[in-house]
Amino acid sequence: MLSDPTTLTLAKLSELLKKRQISSEDLVNTFLEKIESQNPNINAYITVDKAGAIKAAKDADARLDAKQGEALTGIPIGVKDLFCTKGLLTTCASKILHNFIPPYESTVTSRLKAAGAVVLGKTNMDEFAMGSSNETSHFGVVKNPWDHSRIPGGSSGGSAAAVSASLCSATIGTDTGGSIRQPAALTGITGFKPTYGRVSRFGMIAFASSLDQAGPMTKTAQDSALMLQTMAGHDAKDATSINAPVPDYMASLNDGLKGRKIGIPAEYFASGLSQDVATVIEEAKKQFTDLGAELVPVSLPTTKHAIPTYYILAPAEASSNLARYDGVRFGYRCEDPQDIKDLYFRTRAEGFGSEVKRRIMLGTYVLSSGYYDAYYLKAQKVRRLIADDFKAAFAKVDLLLAPTTPDTAFKLGAKTDDPVQMYLSDIFTINVNLAGLPAISIPCGFDKTNLPIGLQLIGRPLDESGILSAAHAYQQATDWHTRSPIL
Amino acid sequence: MPIDPNYETVIGLEVHSQLRTKSKIFCGCPNKYGSDANTQICHVCAGFPGVLPVMNREMVNMAIKTGLAINGQIRKLSVFSRKNYFYPDSPTGYQISQYDLPIVEHGELFIDLPDEPKKRIGVTRIHMEVDAGKSIHEGIVGASWVDLNRVGTPLLEIVSEPDMRCSEDAGAYLKKLRAIVRFLDVCDGNMEEGSFRCDANVSVRRYGAEKFGTRAELKNLNSIRNVMRAIDFEVDRQIDLIESGEEVVQETRLWDANKNISRSMRSKEDAHDYRYFPEPDLPPLTIEQSQIDALNATLPELPDAMAQRFQDEMGLSEYDAGVLTACREMSTYFEEANQVVSEAGKKNAKATANWVTGELLGRLNKEGLEIDSSPVSAQNLGKLVALIQTGEISGKIAKKVFTHMFDDGGDPQTIVAEKGLKQVTDSSSITAEVEKVLEAHPDQVEQYRGGKTQILGFLVGKVMQATRGKANPAMVNTVLKEKLG
Repeated sequence: MLSDPTTLTLAKLSELLKKRQISSEDLVNTFLEKIESQNPNINAYITVDKAGAIKAAKDADARLDAKQGEALTGIPIGVKDLFCTKGLLTTCASKILHNFIPPYESTVTSRLKAAGAVVLGKTNMDEFAMGSSNETSHFGVVKNPWDHSRIPGGSSGGSAAAVSASLCSATIGTDTGGSIRQPAALTGITGFKPTYGRVSRFGMIAFASSLDQAGPMTKTAQDSALMLQTMAGHDAKDATSINAPVPDYMASLNDGLKGRKIGIPAEYFASGLSQDVATVIEEAKKQFTDLGAELVPVSLPTTKHAIPTYYILAPAEASSNLARYDGVRFGYRCEDPQDIKDLYFRTRAEGFGSEVKRRIMLGTYVLSSGYYDAYYLKAQKVRRLIADDFKAAFAKVDLLLAPTTPDTAFKLGAKTDDPVQMYLSDIFTINVNLAGLPAISIPCGFDKTNLPIGLQLIGRPLDESGILSAAHAYQQATDWHTRSPIL
Repeated sequence: MPIDPNYETVIGLEVHSQLRTKSKIFCGCPNKYGSDANTQICHVCAGFPGVLPVMNREMVNMAIKTGLAINGQIRKLSVFSRKNYFYPDSPTGYQISQYDLPIVEHGELFIDLPDEPKKRIGVTRIHMEVDAGKSIHEGIVGASWVDLNRVGTPLLEIVSEPDMRCSEDAGAYLKKLRAIVRFLDVCDGNMEEGSFRCDANVSVRRYGAEKFGTRAELKNLNSIRNVMRAIDFEVDRQIDLIESGEEVVQETRLWDANKNISRSMRSKEDAHDYRYFPEPDLPPLTIEQSQIDALNATLPELPDAMAQRFQDEMGLSEYDAGVLTACREMSTYFEEANQVVSEAGKKNAKATANWVTGELLGRLNKEGLEIDSSPVSAQNLGKLVALIQTGEISGKIAKKVFTHMFDDGGDPQTIVAEKGLKQVTDSSSITAEVEKVLEAHPDQVEQYRGGKTQILGFLVGKVMQATRGKANPAMVNTVLKEKLG
């Protein structure tokens, strides 16, 4: 028996499980003990499903014993608390869903479970995935495992912290404007947002439907490939899911970087980028060149429109998506409503947090009669231009390399009173969502205070393979991704 | 009917037609009416978190067929939008509908009025949308109940141009539209049950004025009769307002069928801002020309074409052809009956048409029955008409037989045989009866012979009376003339 299996990669654990050098049940118990001791400090989990996890682990062991295990069989994972899990509390980190137990399973979690993955629990997040710091959760802030006085990023902050602190082997998150990549960068893990439509949204509680996309959050690119292999694929229950075959990501993982053209978008290296991040990214660029890639300067002139465009479109969709939380059929309901209006007003006033309300207001405003053309319609046009910019760049290069965030993790509370400053922390990730592209964030160094820094690789639509093999090549040559915080 | 000759009425209609798909529009729940509350629902219907709508292609096909039937243009790319509003029977807080890019545009249909045949009414658009549930307030104190069974029922909203000028136009338009959706078998057209619902936009203006007057939208119109009454009431109300120097305000008014009045429901100021925007859960709907062509090839004969055929090939009047094509059940009934008549070797579609539109519909109306619940089957009505055509019974006897068939059932041949109603065509027995009558009425015989030939009718009548109507009237005539010299 190994001393601490929780710090191993998913790929390694999978190998040990298959060889029966470790049982899933033991592994799960080890993680559960660690969660019990560490979660109070970090608050990465909202719900821990001890009984369910142990039962699933036993099932996985039986399957492994029968030599019928797959890559994920017996692997303990965490699930962002916006994926509906049948019979298991799913809150979206909101008071309005504090008691919601879904009677159905999301497509992603049902695929993972069918592959034998063991769900340890539901991870913390910003309320309805609205936030960049995990400070808007109704269930309390999540702390960055590298420095408990700092934020882990958001909205998948709990998922990122859980992987970073080894409170599970891997998690699934969702990325609407950077919610997988930004916390992955700030906690020193690998976070992968696939092409919009690559992974089914069925059973994923919607924030902004045209942007939301689920993806893996792991210790390595290889682990992400293993997770995505199971998560990806067409789903008849999601009309926006892409009906294209899923390639074998492991088969191309070792394709290497030789001869690949990587674009460096000038706009991502302009003002606002912290000195430490700039320095570390420069080092990483050199590493990519050493591995045989050719770096090509490119320009994405619409980059500056990312934040305003996103903060029109995403809240517009959210204002409509969140209309169903009315206290009538499920979730929180105010006490003693006087009439239907009182029920609506008080249920929503009491059930939603302030950031959610801010975005509902914003979205309602931009869709209102007389404002629609000036805001929503214009933003849709800009969104098209942003996608065109990427398209033009990908005519010249295979991938784009950029920092994931302008700076490392900030202090808890530092930006809670200034929404615009908060929104700017997603400045490098948002355009990827607006264009629907796949992108990964991988660890590439640390700042002077030993906080992790991430770099982002952005690919063509459905080129998850190309991104994963590039990230894997970099991780084969570096050890940033192996660093863990001291708990 | 112009109520005040100085004013012109302008009417546009919005019809919501529930489609008869097997399942609901965005989920697999059965699309059926009349089940116990909240038993035909799933998590998509109930607007649960994380569930997604998936488009029912059968609905799209029905929408395309309806569009083709009204000569509309089918958009190759149409978009679903969300119409946002809070109401307990709309679980998601929005209705999925189509807004600026509907599936059908620029259609038309033709209505027949006594003084204006083939009047064209433009159809602006047809769009697909989803029905809401039902809120139930009556009989409950301190609460309201919600039945979500209807959530997800596919609807076509069919919007006319403001081309109608009186309530009769509106009535004829609705009848024609209803006939079309019934012929296509996409909607049962039942206004009472709400599967075919109509809102009317009504305004008046002085004759010659170019600008439309301010309109009111009339709702809660659950029959064609109520649509027409509500329009007439509204026209009067608006003219009265204008005549007394007041202004018509834009508002929605609810029709009260019991009191025959409408009352204001909400004014323009209270109108919702629906914040339409493209539905991000559904990609734009693309339709291939090949799909349109394939559906076009499956279109059944439609009311207008069928009515034309009835006139051209069967010699029916325009009026009869119109009545017999008002709905599919009617035309099927007529064609089945007519087939029986033809098979008896006595083609006479006009006679069949007269019997259906006259005797049968008259009696059905009186009993409040629809054609598809007629106690007299098309087969039996056809046999009855055939008996007249072959001279076995007279038209007068046939009416008696029909009454028997309607009230007690049975086929006409049996009834004729059992009641001994068969027409007498044996010339010797007719001659015997004629002789008896002539003997009994010497004065009339004298008058006839003196040149007053119209007395013949009286004598025919006496012979018919004596044979209890069974004698063949033509033969009676001939024999009488012979005997009278």
